[in-house]
Amino acid sequence: MSPLLTLRNVWVEYGDRIVLEKVDLDVAAGSFVSVVGPSGAGKSTFLRVILGQEQATRGIITLDGAPLPPECGPDRGVVFQKYSVFPHLTVLGNVVFGLECSQSPLLGRLFGAKRKAAEAEAAEMLAAVGLADSMNLYPAQMSGGMQQRLAIAQALIKRPRILLLDEPFGALDPGIRADMHALITRLWRQYDLTVIMVTHDIREAFTLGTRVLALDKRRHDPHAPHRYGATAVYDLPLVKPAPADDAAPAVAEPAA
Amino acid sequence: MRWVNRTIGRRQAFALGAAPIVLLAIGYMVAAAQRHALNAADKILPLPSAMASAVWKMMQQPDVLSGNLVFWADTLASLQRLGLGLGIATLMALLVGLLLGVLPPVRAMFGPLVTGIAVIPPIALLPILFIALGLGETAKVALIVIGIAPVMVRDVAGHVGALPREQIVKAQTLGAGSWQIMLRVALPQALPRLLVALKLALGPAWVFLISAEAIASDVGLGYRIFLVRRYLAMDVIIPYVAWIALLAIVMDVAIGKISRNAFPWAHGAAH
Repeated sequence: MSPLLTLRNVWVEYGDRIVLEKVDLDVAAGSFVSVVGPSGAGKSTFLRVILGQEQATRGIITLDGAPLPPECGPDRGVVFQKYSVFPHLTVLGNVVFGLECSQSPLLGRLFGAKRKAAEAEAAEMLAAVGLADSMNLYPAQMSGGMQQRLAIAQALIKRPRILLLDEPFGALDPGIRADMHALITRLWRQYDLTVIMVTHDIREAFTLGTRVLALDKRRHDPHAPHRYGATAVYDLPLVKPAPADDAAPAVAEPAA
Repeated sequence: MRWVNRTIGRRQAFALGAAPIVLLAIGYMVAAAQRHALNAADKILPLPSAMASAVWKMMQQPDVLSGNLVFWADTLASLQRLGLGLGIATLMALLVGLLLGVLPPVRAMFGPLVTGIAVIPPIALLPILFIALGLGETAKVALIVIGIAPVMVRDVAGHVGALPREQIVKAQTLGAGSWQIMLRVALPQALPRLLVALKLALGPAWVFLISAEAIASDVGLGYRIFLVRRYLAMDVIIPYVAWIALLAIVMDVAIGKISRNAFPWAHGAAH
């Protein structure tokens, strides 16, 4: 089976500063890739390049065999650490938004039977993330964990080919974070998702992922640290039939 | 207790807020009474009774020349000019502000122009307006629009431009294009800010209205004040100024109320 997402010799440079160098990667459909690495190693840049928010200066990225268009699109969903939801829409409105955009290009709004159908679909998705009772709240009225649940439901309603998570649970309490881990694992299985998650929490990376990618610089020039970029220094497939169990994986520790 | 930690109750706040106003009123009365004790025909600090009877006459008795009830004719004319000016400026701010804020090419093309217009003192343009548009209503409304629109445009554009990049990216991953982002993401979030900008523009709008009326007009609150100044008619000027203040306060409060009712999410919606 050909991989879903392929990166070939991808470089990202800002002027003479090299952030990512020579990243080669194949991501199989259905995998859960955790990306870890020290601060400033280009984890977020890596995610933004796949998202289409930034362009690779060199190299080719293909999704389903086709080159990635140079801007964001509905084939790649995303959940950021914050600002992922629209503050002016209710919970239901936030999720219906994705359906309205594709079905109503001119007004961006649905009416009548179509609206009913879209709301029913959105309500189902909200129930799946545990927000069935909060559909008429505004995001500002909810806790951080609930807002991230909403952001996930919002992304999943579009059935993206890949779901990109940028430290999605970084700002949450440990207890809430454990709930969110269970939720994302369940959704990953239920909807056959392919997930790429950037995190700075190594435990989280190994708990959730079927594969852990460590980004770091291979070489370091002390006089010009910006001249070498980061790449995948460790690429660890985790043999894990049941991703929900918390057992420590039997592979080497990544450089962190 | 430290002053920074004091909480003020509703009643207390009312009493505290009223105190300086009442004191000012009493001070005025004492001064006016003193002047009238020396000279019963004093015009500089008229007594409240004189002000009331002067304004009552303007409200009740038709003007000999025009046949209008002067007070109401002035109010209507001024509010019409102000409303038109504010309305046009608000629409411009919304439209241009959105385009500038959301679309980088539009910002690159028209941003410097808007900035350039914004730094011109509007009153300096008044002669141009009078020459180009005549001395009628158009020039007065145009002065208000030119005076307040650039600031409002820049405020709305700045607010829209400062929306988190994450929101714009997220909208695109949900299938939205430029138009839908403008309509569904930027526009609703610009509206509460637009009302704030409108509220802050009320003061300058009144300034430009009164200026335009003072220079060339035959009816209006500003016109009347500057007309009766020739006769030292403080008994008309002071009530007129108070009436303008009252109208401005009502508008300010109304805009705030509209914003809270229409956009609860922008006012820290009740938990």
